[in-house]
Amino acid sequence: MGCGTSSSMKDKKSEKALKAALVIQNWYRGHSAQLKTRQRYALTIFQSIEYADEQGQLELSNFFSFMLENYTRVLEEDPELVTHLFDSNIQDKDRQDYWVSIDVPDSYCGPRLQFPLTFTDIDLLIEAFKQQQILHAYYVLEVLFETKKLLQQMPNFTHIKTSPSKEITICGDLHGKLDDLFLIYYKNGLPSVSNPYVFNGDFVDRGKNSMEILMILFVSFLVYPNDLHLNRGNHEDFMMNMRYGFTNEVLHKYKLHGKKILQVLEDIYTWLPIGTIIDNEILVIHGGISESTDLNLLHHIERNKLKSVLMPPIPIDGDHATEKGNKVGTTITARGIRTNGSLSEQLTKHEWEQVIDILWSDPRGKRGCYPNTGRGGGCYFGPDITSKILNKYQLKMLIRSHECKPEGYEICHDGKVITVFSASNYYEEGSNRGAYIRVSSGSPPRFFQYQVTRATCLRPLYQRMNAVESRAIRMLKERMISQKTDLIRVFQLQDSSKSGKLSVGQWAFSMENILGLNLPWRSLSSHLVTTDKDGNIDYMSSFQDIHIQKPVKEVQSTLIETVYRYRSDLQIIFNVIDSNHSGLISMEEFRSIWKLFKSHYRVCVDDSQLDELAERMDLNKDGSIDFNEFLKAFYVVHKFDKLSKSDTKVA
Amino acid sequence: MVFFLRDSEPPILQGRLAAGLQGSRTPRHSLATALSPATAPQQDGGRQRQGRRREIGTIIRSLGCCPSEGELHDLIAEVEEEEPTGYIRFEKFLPVMTEVLLERRYRPIPEDTLHRAFEVLDPAKRGFLSKEELIKYMTEEGEPFSQEEMEEMLSAAIDPESNSIHYKDYITMMVIDEN
Repeated sequence: MGCGTSSSMKDKKSEKALKAALVIQNWYRGHSAQLKTRQRYALTIFQSIEYADEQGQLELSNFFSFMLENYTRVLEEDPELVTHLFDSNIQDKDRQDYWVSIDVPDSYCGPRLQFPLTFTDIDLLIEAFKQQQILHAYYVLEVLFETKKLLQQMPNFTHIKTSPSKEITICGDLHGKLDDLFLIYYKNGLPSVSNPYVFNGDFVDRGKNSMEILMILFVSFLVYPNDLHLNRGNHEDFMMNMRYGFTNEVLHKYKLHGKKILQVLEDIYTWLPIGTIIDNEILVIHGGISESTDLNLLHHIERNKLKSVLMPPIPIDGDHATEKGNKVGTTITARGIRTNGSLSEQLTKHEWEQVIDILWSDPRGKRGCYPNTGRGGGCYFGPDITSKILNKYQLKMLIRSHECKPEGYEICHDGKVITVFSASNYYEEGSNRGAYIRVSSGSPPRFFQYQVTRATCLRPLYQRMNAVESRAIRMLKERMISQKTDLIRVFQLQDSSKSGKLSVGQWAFSMENILGLNLPWRSLSSHLVTTDKDGNIDYMSSFQDIHIQKPVKEVQSTLIETVYRYRSDLQIIFNVIDSNHSGLISMEEFRSIWKLFKSHYRVCVDDSQLDELAERMDLNKDGSIDFNEFLKAFYVVHKFDKLSKSDTKVA
Repeated sequence: MVFFLRDSEPPILQGRLAAGLQGSRTPRHSLATALSPATAPQQDGGRQRQGRRREIGTIIRSLGCCPSEGELHDLIAEVEEEEPTGYIRFEKFLPVMTEVLLERRYRPIPEDTLHRAFEVLDPAKRGFLSKEELIKYMTEEGEPFSQEEMEEMLSAAIDPESNSIHYKDYITMMVIDEN
């Protein structure tokens, strides 16, 4: 008899449960969305700073040109400097007797490779690197020489065929993240004839195992030259390596033979193919395209002539094509930091630009083709450009890398462009997933995502987001402090009443203008400044909990700020001057370079202040400066932070 | 840390809302900046003027609104193109969203309501839900979670030793984090 009532009670109960569930789900989705947005903000910060740095890098090439143009003056004042800068590198890099003479001691317990290499050597290396062993320079050089010989036989574009039973795997940027390569090989299998791979550039820089990644990839290539394909990325460039960490990694791990290794790598990079074409349908290149991309031309250029993005071909006219003999008798020509030699050893300007476009461009939603102002090289290309170029060569799809994506991959331009990025946690633990793609003719591409973690399982999303977000904010604050003087000047200009306050709009506008970073400033303001109850911003509050460490108390803040801001550029310049990689430069060299730097970058710093600084830094009092120590002395202190030194990546 | 508009309405928001009612630019501007990271910021000066359809939910929720899935669906239908392209145009989205904000529609769930909802699912008042119970409710009732959503929620909510969710602690933890 209680049928009616009990069922209606049940209904009521389940209705309540339904409502409760709805409440919880609703709340959770709101919370989850906020976390995701915070992740996006953090990534945007990282990316903006990264690209602004790349722009700075390309600006450096202007500085080198500037140095060239002024070299006659420098020559008069400082002939030693000229020898360093413009020393023609006549060393024969193919001299193999160099490495043959290297001794591998019996005490060496790292991996020993057996030539000719087989798949067991790939395994051997992987196991050894998992134990954090370092491959002896002897084997490194052997691998490098063999790799170079083989690469020289490869065409600019490798044409590959797949079949339904033979898929090919395409991986994007690895950037020295060895764990990601291990994970890919583990999840997807080692390369073999039935398991071919394309690695789409940017194997090195930033991560701390670029050397190990190169070794594994090159050995894989030597064992399976027809099934392991390597494309050149914009970081396969010896000058980029100087700024982004790989040069330092090599010199640190290989104190005796590092210089030789770097020299050989310089060449190997130029011999890396430009791209791969799969089934005559899919173009795989590192960066992107431009409206003038000419694949036919690119198939035929002499790719090995492009040494570095920082060494564009020098136009030949009366003023520039000068040769000067110096007292030593060798010929110094005004052709570049390392002489390119004669005209015939350069690409034409047009050819050079074509390659730079391939290595540096990014797709965007906006139609048309525009200079890539974010990075300073290559262009932004829209969906119309993609269609035009793909149609022109009867291709169906472009697969590229070059940009970090939160999910490890991204599809755009109506499915015609896929970005694949294989370095998970690229900016910070938890920042993004990595991915790889498997393709075969006749089927749509399959995507595989992953995220490397040291723990046995991922921390919950909100914890990961907190870590990523804090790191991004730290980096942003360091950016701010490095331009403190300029920022304060602009703030004060707008603060006519000298109240120390600005409206949110004024503050945001100033930040974007001075820092040159396209970020959601209003949303970020709560992390960066304090706001009063009327909604106005106390603009000096950003600078209260953070300052640049003063290595020498008496030196002006502006000098400290300037050196800190340009520390990466200075690192490269010092590395270039320090041709014997001793880590030291003389005081005169330091002063000359600083003078040139000052005038090109238009920084206003008192010369005597810099002298004072340099004198103090010459700890040995022997007239030479350990520039790594010098630059490391400029770091940012976050007052309310557990970490006392920030993660300043000097290079 | 106050990151977004919240229902406790700090003075900034009130100022903006007031300004909005007078037709000033401020609420539109904050929407624009809120949108920019989610819609791939352009560094060539032009902000991308369209967002992907499936990201609209994230954007709306990150602005402090909590529509249900059904309400979200209706909202998207309002701003979508006649021929769905998969993209939402900013010019169409902005006025609709501004109105949603000004009308204070889809207010977020207050903490005690959330707590009571958990208590409804826990009639024995043990103070926790078992993993199986939570999964059952979240994936079978209301507007069910996807597997990914379920896993994500569990990773933060679950107490690995007892394999249960102590909801009071969980809620406290989430609310602190949001601040």
